[in-house]
Amino acid sequence: MKEEKEKKEISRREFLGKAGTGVAGSYFILSSLKQAEAVAKENPLQPPETYFGNIQVQLTVNGVKHKVRVHTNTTLVELLRDRLSLTGTKVVCNHGECGGCTVVIDKKAVYSCQMLALDADGKDVTTIEGLLKGEELHKVQQAFIDKDGLQCGFCTPGQIMSAYALLLNNPDPSEEEIKTAMAGNICRCSAYPKIKESVAEAARLLKA
Amino acid sequence: MSGDFNIVGRSVVRQDAYAKVTGQAKFADDYKFPGMLFGVMVRTDVSHALIHSIDYSGLLDYPEVTVCDINDIRGSRKVGVVTADQPVFCYEKIVTPGDVICMLVGADESQLKLLTAKVKTELEELPLITDPEKALDPDATFIHPDKKSNLIVHYPLRKGDVEKGFHESKHVIEQKYTTPLIEHAYLEPEAVTAVPIEGRGGVRIIGSIQNPHTTRRIVAEVLNFPLTKVRVVQAELGGAFGGKDDLMNIISARAAIAAIKTRRPVKVRYTREESVVESYKRHPYIMKYKVGFNDDGIIKAMKIDILADGGAYASMSPFVTWRTVVQATGPYEIENVHTDVRAVYTNNPYTGAMRGFGSPQPIFAQESLMDEIAEIIGVSPYEIRKINGVKPGSITASGHKLRDHDVNLLSVLERAERETNFTERHKECSRSANTKFQTSQKFRGSGFILKKDEMLDNRDIIKKGIGLAVSLRGCSLGAEGIDAAAAYLSVQKDGSAYLISGLAENGQGLRTTFSIIAAEVLGISPEHIYYLEQDTGIIADSGPTVASRSTIMGGSAVKNAAEIIKKRFEEMLLTYWNIKSKDQLLFKNNRVYEQSRSISFSELCSLAYSKGLNMSAIGWFKGPSVHWDEEKGQGAAYFTYVYGCQVAEVSANLLTGEIFVDRIVAVHDPGKIINLMGAKGQVFGGVTQGAGYALWEGITTYNGNIRENNFDQILIPTSKDIGEIESIFLEGEDIYGAWGAKSLGEPTLELTAAAIANAVKNATGLRYFNLPLNPEEILLSRKLSPNDLSRGSTN
Repeated sequence: MKEEKEKKEISRREFLGKAGTGVAGSYFILSSLKQAEAVAKENPLQPPETYFGNIQVQLTVNGVKHKVRVHTNTTLVELLRDRLSLTGTKVVCNHGECGGCTVVIDKKAVYSCQMLALDADGKDVTTIEGLLKGEELHKVQQAFIDKDGLQCGFCTPGQIMSAYALLLNNPDPSEEEIKTAMAGNICRCSAYPKIKESVAEAARLLKA
Repeated sequence: MSGDFNIVGRSVVRQDAYAKVTGQAKFADDYKFPGMLFGVMVRTDVSHALIHSIDYSGLLDYPEVTVCDINDIRGSRKVGVVTADQPVFCYEKIVTPGDVICMLVGADESQLKLLTAKVKTELEELPLITDPEKALDPDATFIHPDKKSNLIVHYPLRKGDVEKGFHESKHVIEQKYTTPLIEHAYLEPEAVTAVPIEGRGGVRIIGSIQNPHTTRRIVAEVLNFPLTKVRVVQAELGGAFGGKDDLMNIISARAAIAAIKTRRPVKVRYTREESVVESYKRHPYIMKYKVGFNDDGIIKAMKIDILADGGAYASMSPFVTWRTVVQATGPYEIENVHTDVRAVYTNNPYTGAMRGFGSPQPIFAQESLMDEIAEIIGVSPYEIRKINGVKPGSITASGHKLRDHDVNLLSVLERAERETNFTERHKECSRSANTKFQTSQKFRGSGFILKKDEMLDNRDIIKKGIGLAVSLRGCSLGAEGIDAAAAYLSVQKDGSAYLISGLAENGQGLRTTFSIIAAEVLGISPEHIYYLEQDTGIIADSGPTVASRSTIMGGSAVKNAAEIIKKRFEEMLLTYWNIKSKDQLLFKNNRVYEQSRSISFSELCSLAYSKGLNMSAIGWFKGPSVHWDEEKGQGAAYFTYVYGCQVAEVSANLLTGEIFVDRIVAVHDPGKIINLMGAKGQVFGGVTQGAGYALWEGITTYNGNIRENNFDQILIPTSKDIGEIESIFLEGEDIYGAWGAKSLGEPTLELTAAAIANAVKNATGLRYFNLPLNPEEILLSRKLSPNDLSRGSTN
């Protein structure tokens, strides 16, 4: 292993030498050689201790309590995806514009990219993963399947969480109310007519 | 024939729906690997410069960080799908702000982002070229000095004698149209992980990749590996619309370089801002049309000069502009045509494939022009298209005689007219289109105070308008390149089956469509088909998933595979049931029938298995040959075509300039529909994106830098921005495609902007020549973006 590494290092230098003459004359400089030596040290497999942050938050996600250390600038979506491996929630714009990261907190649809993990301390968060009970789909999910309210599926978790929040608060929404509630979720495949139908269908299924 | 289908043509629920609604579908950034590192790009803040040196000394205190740059490349330093002009890591020049000079690799992604500032560069700035019209000036700096010209490509097309045609015309008009740079805005930003395969086995790549086989080729070239040592697996793809090709190839190559160097999995994932700055876009076009016609409405001659801004790299420009030259005259039979289409290098963001692929731009121009011709000779927009539109046996601008399929242009046009009562309503709206608006326009901004009778009454504020647009579109790649596709179908002994095609699911529902085709042939339910994950290691290269070619090409290959297996079953049954002819065999409802007896499909498979029958097959479909004469621009460019007509109904608010699209009626002939649900989804998507193109979207640049870098400024349509969309399908017959199934994805988008522009003219009485038709354009007749000041509508 070690030998092989040394060999690779040598061949790399030879390569660098050749590259230096081949590439536009003045490009190659000494400091990248030093850098090459620096990187030859074995990388640690684990990220440094400070990587995860040092502030503890406690929150409930989909009914499960979590105690996690975060940074001051860790957002809720980073906490969900990177730390809790709940990757159903998507990062799309990370800018509070598209609704791809929508989760439900206190019956409200929340852009999880715009909420700090610190602010989620003590909260009860529901993500797309929380809607599924065993193998059984939530009615909102079923409606999105039946009415084909998706194409590529990247915005779908956010769409479903927005619809879920709407129906928690308003079990019998009008067409206009559906449109307004779903206006914060962009779908570039533009399955909008079918998304609206899906939400209306979900309301019907939930009432039944 | 159509009555005999079991599943084809019905609505079938997407195969991937369960995974997608539960959040279980794994997109590229959802993959994690033990010991995984991250790669972060280092860019400069210039648009055009020579690189003298790159100084990494600032990173000496961070031994945990690895740098990957040009020196780590053992194979091709520059890559490209058509022309290899794009460096994986820049080493001679920076030619556009998205350019990457090196990548930092380490475990802590946020640390790496901070460290990018520690990489110092010594650059010598060069004069910028941001105006494509100046790119070919004799004193222009060459963006790529080795090319010795900023011309990427020039396609001429010559048919008849255009000067003679103008001479014979009573009316000759000339117009100039422009369209903007458009971001794909696929919701999933670029992400890819490269994982080294143990035992010098090469590298495995999992990413948001539109064309896995293209990515494999580029990565193998860069690593100097044989193709087999690069295995590309497609993660669930969060939208592409043509946009996850070139850039994904390059990002994958960078991740692969780092994975080989560190012997660890390396993930690269872009933020939205990075995605916008580095990804390619749809070409802005400057289009000059000159047309000659007589009082009978017949167009005698058309002269077209189109300039496309290719940006810093060639990318797909040679193919995009080729489709433009074939289709620039629209679906009209014109005796004399003289077309020149050029694409040039500039320091702007580079442009390449995007849904529509060189057609939405000329359609906006040519369909606006048709309405003008109609107005001049006093006929309706419907009538003028009927007079000039292609019919069976017509000859296109490239000299191609249309046959072997239903040439349905006039059928879709007539259906759309009937459905919307177009002619009558167009006349009605144009009558009420309002001199008042024009008067108030004249005074606006010039300091005049309007007199009372010039002021707008509340009732006059909203004006309705209706407009239409038609197109013909060549299916698949045409004379662009090799056109063939593969599919692998493997039936198991319990009657279930594995299926995969070399074309990739981009979110459009290809897996479901292909499953339906295989299921239809074998007479089984599509649920019995398990679509395998896209992996270059298990299926043959079938070309890219572009040009709305999946259904026509891949669908034909799937049908071929299923028919091969079906034939083997039939032959086995001849012996088993001791019958002479297989004509009586019927594969239906998960059973095979022969007169009074029948066998279930699963029993049949179990029987076949016990007899050692080969129940796996590779299907293949090669497109019929096409031909192109580069000098004259003549030939049978595509082997078949599809037709469409869209009608837009709009409300124009004369006080704010806001346009609301009340309704779009989209009538398309995509050939045979395989999955009605999926087909409708394509129409909703294409029309809405087309409406965005018409009214809101547009990336502006300043010295090559993009101003709008996230969705707060890139305005893409939301559910509230568009009214009703109605889709109508006229399924024409064709000798090509599975049962004649052709293309739909792009035709749905290319027409909408042109139809809306015509409707806005109908409502406001003013014609606009530049997209997007945003409020400032409509209200002030000019754009407010600084670099657009020179543009502006006439009238």
